[in-house]
Amino acid sequence: MKISVIDATKRFGDFAALDQVNLEVRSGELLALLGPSGSGKTTLLRIVAGLDWPDEGQVQFDGKDALSRTTGQRHVGFVFQHYALFRHMTVFENVAFGLRAKPRPERPSEPEIRRRVEKLLDLVQLGWLAQRYPAQLSGGQRQRIALARALAIEPRVLLLDEPFGSLDAKVRKELRRWLRNLHNEIHVTSIFVTHDQEEALEVADRVVVMDKGRIEQTGTPQQVYDQPRTSFVHEFIGESIVLPVVVLNNQVQFAGRPIGVVPHGMRNCVATLYARPFDVTVLPASPNDNLQGVIKRIHGIGPARRLEIALGGEPVQTIVEVDASRTQHWEIGQAVTLRPEQYRLYPDRL
Amino acid sequence: MGTTLLWLSLIVLIPLSTLFFRTAALTFDQFIAIISSRRALHAFELSFGLSFAAALANLVFGSIVVWALVRYRFPGRRLLDAIVDIPFALPTAVAGIVLTTLYAESGWIGGLLAPLGIRVAFTPLGIFVALVFIGLPFVVRTVQPVLEDLDGELEEAAASLGAGRWMTVRRVVLPSIVPALLTGFTLALARAVGEYGSVIFIAGNLPNYSEIAPLLIVIRLQEFRYADATAIALVMLVISLLFLFLINALQRWTELHTGKSQ
Amino acid sequence: MSALPVAELMQESALPDALNESVAARAAIHAQVLRRADARADPPWVKWLVIALAAGFLGLFIGLPLICVFIQAFAKGAAAYIAALADPDTLSAIRLTLIVAAISVIANSVFGVIGAWAIAKFEFRGKHLLITLIELPFSISPVIAGLVFVLLFGLQGYLGPWLVAHGIKVIFALPGLALVTIFVTFPFVVRELIPLMRQQGTEEEEAALSLGASGLGTFFRVTLPNVKWALLYGILLCNARAMGEFGAVSVVSGHVRGDTNTIPLHVEALYDGYQFAAAFAVASLLALLALVTLIFKVVLEGRLEQE
Repeated sequence: MKISVIDATKRFGDFAALDQVNLEVRSGELLALLGPSGSGKTTLLRIVAGLDWPDEGQVQFDGKDALSRTTGQRHVGFVFQHYALFRHMTVFENVAFGLRAKPRPERPSEPEIRRRVEKLLDLVQLGWLAQRYPAQLSGGQRQRIALARALAIEPRVLLLDEPFGSLDAKVRKELRRWLRNLHNEIHVTSIFVTHDQEEALEVADRVVVMDKGRIEQTGTPQQVYDQPRTSFVHEFIGESIVLPVVVLNNQVQFAGRPIGVVPHGMRNCVATLYARPFDVTVLPASPNDNLQGVIKRIHGIGPARRLEIALGGEPVQTIVEVDASRTQHWEIGQAVTLRPEQYRLYPDRL
Repeated sequence: MGTTLLWLSLIVLIPLSTLFFRTAALTFDQFIAIISSRRALHAFELSFGLSFAAALANLVFGSIVVWALVRYRFPGRRLLDAIVDIPFALPTAVAGIVLTTLYAESGWIGGLLAPLGIRVAFTPLGIFVALVFIGLPFVVRTVQPVLEDLDGELEEAAASLGAGRWMTVRRVVLPSIVPALLTGFTLALARAVGEYGSVIFIAGNLPNYSEIAPLLIVIRLQEFRYADATAIALVMLVISLLFLFLINALQRWTELHTGKSQ
Repeated sequence: MSALPVAELMQESALPDALNESVAARAAIHAQVLRRADARADPPWVKWLVIALAAGFLGLFIGLPLICVFIQAFAKGAAAYIAALADPDTLSAIRLTLIVAAISVIANSVFGVIGAWAIAKFEFRGKHLLITLIELPFSISPVIAGLVFVLLFGLQGYLGPWLVAHGIKVIFALPGLALVTIFVTFPFVVRELIPLMRQQGTEEEEAALSLGASGLGTFFRVTLPNVKWALLYGILLCNARAMGEFGAVSVVSGHVRGDTNTIPLHVEALYDGYQFAAAFAVASLLALLALVTLIFKVVLEGRLEQE
């Protein structure tokens, strides 16, 4: 099922939780809403679900207005961050709840309900827990039951609010993989909210990066990582080196001196240069080169050495971390030259 | 430690134990004879029966009140919230005389009911009214924190799964507050059984009709029939103790079953 | 080196088909959106019905009686009201009540603090039993409370003969009233303090002791200040109950006007004597006490929450 969000705005007093948000979710895709807290991603999810309403804008399911329908009428499956399992019901009864809640004409018979619930519990590999109570389950198990419960009503879209947020790291990784496999199996349009970029990039077909109630970029995980459209996206996803620079007469200057970087037709402005730590070449200092610094710390136990380098002098030093060759010898206090190979320049917003 | 235990035994245990000792001075047959006399039986029936009914009424009205106080915002809500505590704070004698005045045939409410043939004051119905009055805060104040702490996401989950509002309330909200409701009911019941001051003015106190058990104890005391008084008191005390343990057990069960969500 | 073109902020802005709708239709949808209730709201008719029932019940059942107390108190005019209060029997009742309440409050505060401290900060066998015993005076009928003291100290009581021999009057006199009031108000201070003390733990006291403070010094300068609001709250409730207690003192008092009648007993005496306006006048004092207690309760609850 296709979902369209059109010019959605939601305010809480002066604070804009969502600001003119437009989004198209393709049928059958697994979409991640990624952003820091306060970015509006949960608000957007809840508006799609029908648990909140926008002050302005529209939401459409397959072209038909969804806002005039309550959450129950929209046929969405919502999985809460803290599971919201019904404590006084068994696992079986939790999963069966949506089926038993249907009005009599639509309600399947009890044997049919039982069959469906058992099938779902098998799908999430927890059939053996059917008679237990939520309090007796681990966090990961509860989350899977919450998912099974949402799937029981055969929703047109699955909405997950930070589904793995309250689990520990190892369980989170396992469930991430498990969710991806599940989606490959059942192909329900799914939207999940997360603040963990690793999770979003690993699991989703497409990622929507949000900040302060706005969408910064929408794209595949590859696109948002390799071609970040704004400084926010560059900084939020993956590691970044951040350099305040000035673009002047087709030259890029740092701390008053040109640094041999081409701005490609950008007009004069104050800007910021972003690069990935592994896209910067580090060389022993030579007098003509322009981005000069001094090594402050050396660490790193990966494929590259991680060097902490102080750039510029007065009045404030900029510290950057870059990856450098392991085979070369580095020393603290050593003067080096940095040469960004791949980089992006974003003019500062006034 | 030693001081506390000493103080406790002096103030609580010793006086209570006299009750047991005094009753032990009776033979078993005498004991049975006293508590099964027609007057005593009727007093027990009246006290426990009306207390149960009043606690039930408080359960119903208390639930309505606590729902309004917790779930809705409306002008005057804080005032209503404060009013709930009045029966708790008001001395029982004051409650007794004012309820009698209100519900007597010459009173404001009694006067309205009299033409309908309903007499409240000086009948068991009057006792019922007084017991409802003093029991209300117990139900409301016990359920209120539980309802306030209820996780909103549970109701959202139920709604997202297609449940209507009534089904959500019935199958998700209510089960979560049942333990608190039970505790409140038991507290109201325990209080009502032993109530004296609020009741004796409005009751009429006619033996075998509107005489509550505590009053019978007082009368026997005044007649210097100590044995009778202690026998009746013992029965009431044992039942009160049972209530006490029941309340504690309920409260522990409540903590086990609901607990705080996350 | 390669650089990518100037990056500008771009939003997904595919124009949806639905935007072809008329302005009026969009406004209608907008209005509908605004009227929406969320998933936890009850239908409006339920809401107003419940509120009406709750307000009606509370107003009629509880608010009305309270107002009635004051109206009846002034039924015969302000002069009669003041006369009722200035009556010598009333004044001695007030005096007696104040004395009894003061004794109860002081006694129960002192041992309540000690008791709560022992229970909250130490582990010992029989602790649960102790806690249950403390709650006991709450759950037994006040009449039974009075009865047991009569059994102990009354003429035919266990200590009766001994007391008579020594010329000491307990029942039908002030000591009896004080004792029974202490009994029924016993739990108030303790149960306010126990959860708070438990929550605060022993770390601060241990710190004080390790810094060289004496046991008693620690108690007064660390333990007590930490619980001052809960203590005040407990004292308030204890006092309210002590002044208003009826059933228990009714049993042990001699009902002698001007001598062994507390304010509640005096109210009863006036009422039984058909002096209704006077009875309500004196009762209005107790009602005022209740209101003041409630106001302080709200204030103190706010302070407690801050802690």
